Amino acid sequence: MEANIAVPTDKKETWSGGGVKPFGASYGKMMMWFFILSDALTFSGFLAAYGLTRFKFIDSWPIADEVFTHVPFVHGEFPMIYVAIMTFILIFSSVTMVLAVDAGHQMKKNKVAWYMFATIIGGIIFVGSQAWEWNTFIKGSYGAVKTTDGKVLQFVKDGKQIALADFVTGERTDERVEHTRKNGLWFQSEETIATYSVAQVLAAYNANPDIQVRTELIDNKKKTILSREEGSLQLAKTKMVVEGANLKANEYGNTIFADFFFFITGFHGFHVLSGIVINIIIFFNVILGTYEKRGHYEMVEKVGLYWHFVDLVWVFVFTFFYLV
Amino acid sequence: MAHAHESNTKRIWIVFGILSVITLVEVYLGIIKPDSLHLHGPGTSWLNWIFIILTLAKAYGIAWVFMHLEGEKKWFRRSIVWSAVFLICYLVTLLLIEGGYLFDTLSPLVKW
Repeated sequence: MEANIAVPTDKKETWSGGGVKPFGASYGKMMMWFFILSDALTFSGFLAAYGLTRFKFIDSWPIADEVFTHVPFVHGEFPMIYVAIMTFILIFSSVTMVLAVDAGHQMKKNKVAWYMFATIIGGIIFVGSQAWEWNTFIKGSYGAVKTTDGKVLQFVKDGKQIALADFVTGERTDERVEHTRKNGLWFQSEETIATYSVAQVLAAYNANPDIQVRTELIDNKKKTILSREEGSLQLAKTKMVVEGANLKANEYGNTIFADFFFFITGFHGFHVLSGIVINIIIFFNVILGTYEKRGHYEMVEKVGLYWHFVDLVWVFVFTFFYLV
Repeated sequence: MAHAHESNTKRIWIVFGILSVITLVEVYLGIIKPDSLHLHGPGTSWLNWIFIILTLAKAYGIAWVFMHLEGEKKWFRRSIVWSAVFLICYLVTLLLIEGGYLFDTLSPLVKW
């Protein structure tokens, strides 16, 4: 009987405050590391699945530079800039975190508190940026049409992509209104309908000879632009007008591209959010003097590990989603 | 953990500087995308290889210095790093090969 129950018969209390520590690491720290290991495998599952899908559609995958081009409060196109700023914010909050851990080793309570505070602020700015990025992505900036065979066609003028609003004029002409819960079928609603009808977009294309259609197909790292005639042929298959992105359709290209964007950055954003919450709890514990009384700041070190891990994951997301 | 009580502040800032410079280089290359690197290279473009190598360098910096892996016992460190590296390499290799196969099989059926 005794052999089956973990009773510390030698009174050493191996991992709960006793002197014996396997690998010189405390129980909490070791388990944090193994949690991080398993979480890292989850993220690599996501990113590897992204890689598989991208290889599967290697000739038509959206080009990240053309999708993520916006910076808040500034007009114009700045590919990569905003994501780069977000990366800096996260790396910097990692630095303040490691400085907090360092101050903890020296038992400097106020310094730990201030560095933790800076880390929390950095985290909040990052999550806010991500929310803004999602908002921009969901709203979209150009609009496109989707054909019956599931292809997304965008519009270009002089080789540069233009928005539907740049060449389709006037209000939606078919008098189609969005079906909400309070009109039409009772308690049934539908998704937001596009600004323009399909017929309107096609008419505008025919009326503007300098507008061309761009397909998803990549040739020499650039999307293919069709001639006017080929464009008409493709547009004849138009099924719907797409503006922005959701899980079913998006104006950037492959549906699964937007799905991966939402899942990977969303899962990471959720990690940042929970990191902020944990950091806030530890921050208050620091202020209350919990660790001062305990005699060491190892708890700060443990949440620090988690926070650095979140930064580490972002480094990979940044590379594989935005750069490569 | 022998250095637990002396301050590493200077080293932390140096590592931050290195990580920042790497990020700047990545972003700069990502924006200008020089044709010589962007259009050629073994397997994928040279540019992608540069991005991947720089990313691994950054990951090393974060894990070794910020997460203080360098100070852990050798086999504790290995139990984490080797497990992760082995499993991730395994998964990524299989999935990327499979993705390439799917492309070879399915793309002839797509009409553009």
